[in-house]
Amino acid sequence: MKTLKIQELSKNFGTTEVLRKINLEIDEGNFLVLLGPSGCGKSTLLNIIAGLETINEGNVFIDDYNVSKVEPKDRNIAMVFQSYALYPSMNVRENMIFGLKQAKVSKEKIEEQLQKVSKFLQVDALLERKPSQLSGGQRQRVAIGRALVREPRIFLFDEPLSNLDAKLRVEMRREIKKLHQQLKTTVVYVTHDQTEAMSLGTNIAIMNHGVIQQNDTPENIYNKPSNTFVADFIGSPSMNLIKGNLKQSSNQISFVANGSNFEIPINGYDFIEKSNLENKEVFFGIRPEHIFSKKSNEGDFEINLRADLSEYIGHEQIMTFDYENQEVLAKFPSTIKIELSKNTKLFFDLTQISLFDAKTEERI
Amino acid sequence: MFLRWFLYFVLILFALYFIFPLYVMIVTSLKTMEEIRQGTLLTWPSGLNFDSWAVAWGGRGYGAGDTFLKPYFWNSIKMVVPAVFFSTFIGAMTGYVLTKWRFKGDQWVFLFLLFGCFIPFQAILLPMARTLGVLGISNSVIGLVLVHTVYGIPFTTLFFRNYYVSVPTELVKAARIDGAGFFKIFFKILLPISAPIIVVTVIWQFTQIWNDFLFGSTFSFGEAAPIQVALNNMVLSSTSVKEYNVDMASAIIAGVPTLIVYVLAGKYFIRGLTSGAVKG
Repeated sequence: MKTLKIQELSKNFGTTEVLRKINLEIDEGNFLVLLGPSGCGKSTLLNIIAGLETINEGNVFIDDYNVSKVEPKDRNIAMVFQSYALYPSMNVRENMIFGLKQAKVSKEKIEEQLQKVSKFLQVDALLERKPSQLSGGQRQRVAIGRALVREPRIFLFDEPLSNLDAKLRVEMRREIKKLHQQLKTTVVYVTHDQTEAMSLGTNIAIMNHGVIQQNDTPENIYNKPSNTFVADFIGSPSMNLIKGNLKQSSNQISFVANGSNFEIPINGYDFIEKSNLENKEVFFGIRPEHIFSKKSNEGDFEINLRADLSEYIGHEQIMTFDYENQEVLAKFPSTIKIELSKNTKLFFDLTQISLFDAKTEERI
Repeated sequence: MFLRWFLYFVLILFALYFIFPLYVMIVTSLKTMEEIRQGTLLTWPSGLNFDSWAVAWGGRGYGAGDTFLKPYFWNSIKMVVPAVFFSTFIGAMTGYVLTKWRFKGDQWVFLFLLFGCFIPFQAILLPMARTLGVLGISNSVIGLVLVHTVYGIPFTTLFFRNYYVSVPTELVKAARIDGAGFFKIFFKILLPISAPIIVVTVIWQFTQIWNDFLFGSTFSFGEAAPIQVALNNMVLSSTSVKEYNVDMASAIIAGVPTLIVYVLAGKYFIRGLTSGAVKG
């Protein structure tokens, strides 16, 4: 039984297609992050799960029960919003129990839930305050508390941290992670922040233009992006995508960058489909953090590139190199000195590369 | 320093300019006709003589042709209270729907409603007279309540829509997940935070309806007339002598309620007018 299952879901706003044939499943207790640039449809998908938006095609199941036409209140979900959406005229107590009162839960049960949750979230001292008298972090906690008291099957979070300042955001991120570890409730979490997605999710679904590009564990998203969009979206700076061709001889596969006269051997690469590789146009993907200034593995590939630009950002520096008129970025500790406009010896960690078909932009 | 004094000087000058007519009105209303005939417009009255006020309010006590404000004042109250209430309430509801329960073509509905703000009063006189006739409520306070409610809805909707636009829609979503329905969300979530805009709307509507003369004089006559119509009749149809002191007293009486409303709620008025710009 899947806690949440989305089947062939499509959604249009007039003639604009917002979501196209979405399929998604979450197991009990998992933390799914919907990640994507703004306008990719992730918030719409979350609103559909909550029942706040209608569906054009497809179905949503919660615990194998088709809820596609069920009212939000009867879906056994709770939602935390970006603006917290605390009711301004009610104090914290009234805010937290509003849902239970609507559901006609008994007074004793409401009081018990309120005490439990407010202690747990350390807002028990704030119960009589109005939302306007709370700090950002406190509002956030109350908003989570309002969701918690309902004891929902699924928690929905809609960019809950993006209104907070940088420091508080990191703190609250940790608190949400702890919360999930303790409660083990299923979570669907929308964000456009990849760090948030990586650190919180047990699964990440990356969306673009209303389509799920890849739904996988954070490790696989990072190490084995399934297309160039995912490769480019995750990581900062994003993955270098070097254009070139593959060469295949009897037992040797190698990559030649456009305009370059040497081959990079890629025998160790784990191809999905190992046919028709000769002369295939590809993107050779390598992350800036997998380019080193010293040889660290036996298989590292040595290459000489000209340093063009240096960006110092404290604990590290981002260098831009020229590889036959293609830019290659690399990330080094800031202690290393590299002279600009000179050829520098670099080492590519070939165990960490990704290859993409240049036409379909899919991983090969 | 000089600039500051100059500023105060100009401000005081304007204040005097505005308060001057009121001063003349009050002073004249307290004078006897003897004093008025001497033509000393600005002089202080010889004593506090409220006779003209009594006449304006309660009449002279003889039968035919004696027009005084008391019954019409109550007509106006009976008209203005329900009209303000209904137009404000309906405007709040409409504003709520137009911002929080968007539907296909809602911008058009709003546009047409806005149109209502620009239609000159005179243009609807004949159709409205016909409508009131068909409904059988012409020349009645109820008829005037209907006219003012309908005519007020475009304005009140505009006020509430612009206010609710700045209220995050996520509030409504949260309430829906919490299990509140259309009316519960309106009464429990939105209405409690609408005080500033309610005050603005009430002041606006009260002033409009209380001061209206055109609708009152067109759709009512005789005993059903509101106070502004009665005031007009009183001042224009006076007999041999023009009783300026009674006229002045009547004019003040007719103007006092709006003044009271504004003084009581004025500070919210400014706050409410600007509340759309700065989120609370």
